[in-house]
Amino acid sequence: MKKFADIASARRTWAWPYVLFLVLFVVLPLLLIFYYAFTTPGGDFTIQNFVKFFHTSEAVNTLIYSMAIAFITTVICLLLGYPAAYIMATAEFKTPQVMALLFILPMWINFLLRTIATVELFNMFGLPLGEGALLFGMCYDYLPFMIYPIYNTLQKMDRSLIEAAQDLGANKANVFTKVILPLSVPGIYSGIVMVFMPTVSTFAIAELLTHNKITLFGSLIQRSFGEGGIAMWNYGAALSLIMLIIIAATSFFDQDNSHDTQKGGLL
Amino acid sequence: MTNDFIIEVNHVSKQFEDGKFALNDVSLQVKKGEFVTILGPSGCGKTTLLRCIAGFQVASSGDILLKGEDVTSTPPYKRPVNTVFQKYALFPHLNVFDNVAFGLKMKKMEEETIVRKVKAALKMANLMGYEDREVDTLSGGQQQRVAIARAIVNEPEVLLLDEPLSALDLKMRHDMQIELKELHKQLGITFIYVTHDQEEALTLSDRVVVMSEGKIQQIGTPTDIYNEPQNCFVADFIGESNILSGRMIKDRKVEFCGKVFDCIDEGFGEDVPVDVVIRPEDIYIWDKKDEGRKAKNEDDVDYEDRVPKGKFTKWYSTVQTCIFKGVHYEMRALTPDGYEFLIQDYHEYLPGTEIGMLVKPEDIQIMKKSRYIYNSFEGEVEKNGKVYFLGAEWDATEEQLAPFAVGDKVEVCVPFRFVELQDYEEEGKLSGEVAFILYKGNHYHLTVRTDNGDNIEVNTNDVWDEHDRVGITIAPEHIRLRPTGLEPLNEPE
Repeated sequence: MKKFADIASARRTWAWPYVLFLVLFVVLPLLLIFYYAFTTPGGDFTIQNFVKFFHTSEAVNTLIYSMAIAFITTVICLLLGYPAAYIMATAEFKTPQVMALLFILPMWINFLLRTIATVELFNMFGLPLGEGALLFGMCYDYLPFMIYPIYNTLQKMDRSLIEAAQDLGANKANVFTKVILPLSVPGIYSGIVMVFMPTVSTFAIAELLTHNKITLFGSLIQRSFGEGGIAMWNYGAALSLIMLIIIAATSFFDQDNSHDTQKGGLL
Repeated sequence: MTNDFIIEVNHVSKQFEDGKFALNDVSLQVKKGEFVTILGPSGCGKTTLLRCIAGFQVASSGDILLKGEDVTSTPPYKRPVNTVFQKYALFPHLNVFDNVAFGLKMKKMEEETIVRKVKAALKMANLMGYEDREVDTLSGGQQQRVAIARAIVNEPEVLLLDEPLSALDLKMRHDMQIELKELHKQLGITFIYVTHDQEEALTLSDRVVVMSEGKIQQIGTPTDIYNEPQNCFVADFIGESNILSGRMIKDRKVEFCGKVFDCIDEGFGEDVPVDVVIRPEDIYIWDKKDEGRKAKNEDDVDYEDRVPKGKFTKWYSTVQTCIFKGVHYEMRALTPDGYEFLIQDYHEYLPGTEIGMLVKPEDIQIMKKSRYIYNSFEGEVEKNGKVYFLGAEWDATEEQLAPFAVGDKVEVCVPFRFVELQDYEEEGKLSGEVAFILYKGNHYHLTVRTDNGDNIEVNTNDVWDEHDRVGITIAPEHIRLRPTGLEPLNEPE
């Protein structure tokens, strides 16, 4: 007979609360989304929800527009974030942590508050809210998610590789394009995924920064559930599933991440 | 004139921000096609010297010439040298071919030439057929070969190797040593090789540069370095040795261990303190009981055969320990007056055996003492019977202070044996770290580096370890003051 102590000390026992959590808050909702997406409000099987989406040009356009916005945001974040990460990783000054802290500091504040503050700033300077404000707000919110993965890979890079390249005749430009940049690709991948995924599904930022003038795909889903009443839940679930597939597709780009999930999977 | 040397290092010093010298006035000339090894313990500055030649570090002063051209501040990518790095530093995102081709592509060579040269380099490094392999799928030895191929494919004038074999296992290291030597012959280019492994240095090099504490201790052929070490550090670092304090009585006569020996050294002067080095394999030993006895049969030991004929000084000791080392036995023997000797011999003498010992005059290596038997510091007389030196105030006796006025500059002499070391740093007037230990047969000679960076020499019977933190005290009666600028004192130890 097993003693209580054996059961308590077994790793399996300690995993149960997490398994329960995952089932209740991850697996079950996913199954519910599947169920609603493929059923009528009456509970009969249907693919009508998807047909409706592909036949509503407004919905399809919103999806394409959301992806475009997310793409532009990601590109801007990459262009701004890479140099920042590079400067931090190669900084000569004694405390690059100070700079890292400055980047992380805004993240301590709830992003809604930050976004509202951005709105106020735009109003104060008399700048129009709209697409430009939306891109500004999204880049401001998600820039740290681009900087950190890149900073990490750059910082862990073996300095002797740079010396080896110099030794073999590479000048500064060549050292960067032939060694540093290719070696920071995993960080860039992670950064892209970490920025693109949340921006494609965002809705609150869009609503606040555009005064509801621009509808993103996330807002469309939110409206289906929030304003459409229970009758719209099936349609909303179908939209959620479509976005889930897009996000899943992006994450396949990030091969290092998929390695990690394999290694650290469920017990 | 300058064209004789491919590399000239002239009075190069490298000082770090904290003021410590990694290199302290280092000068070195290397001929074209030479295999030169820079040898020394970790932290001696050997890698810094190599990095200054490669261009990764810029010397604080002095200059470096490559083929007569000043390259002291030329960036690494413009120098006609290539480096094999300690941990290979292969590019993980490139396969073997692209790693090796990297330097040629930087020179914008034609594709055909690149392919031909890379193949030739891989062949030379015994890596044919590995072109498409990813570097992280290769073993340590193979990665090492890629690193070598990547450097030699550029046909550098000088190949710099930074402890290239340190990450390999012993067997692999021996094989690679032979291959490197072979490669050097084939290529005919200059090799500068950095290692802390004395065996590697002696096996591979035309010349060895022994370094310690940022300074060159000795430059010479492997046989010179081994047989004629110029100072205690070299003698102690290269091979095993017995190092004893002695006195040169006159030319060809030296006294140590309480006995007078014939030697072959001249020119030290008369009655001068010296250090004596005897290699453990150069000591002839025999069982005292066998003296004068003829062998009874073939298996018996013949004293006459074992001991060189001639008038040599003999002395006696008792075997303390005896360890079998494969080819020979290694014994520690103690003389009645307390000197310990390390002896290597093909015959086994069990502990407790009383043995006779003899060493031929040519095997006695005499070295000038780097410092005499006392420390000499610059000091200044202060008020209230105090004298200031080594960054602290010390009590001195009235007798010593009497000839001087307050503010006078003086030479402070403290014999090595009167410097006392304390277990706890806070018990000393100064604190420091044991930097170097030398066993002198019947006592230890320590170099203690104070926290201000000064060196104090200490003779002691206590056992300390390198890097031990110690407190330093000196009793007032052992502080001797002299006017500055006098000849060195010459006192028996």
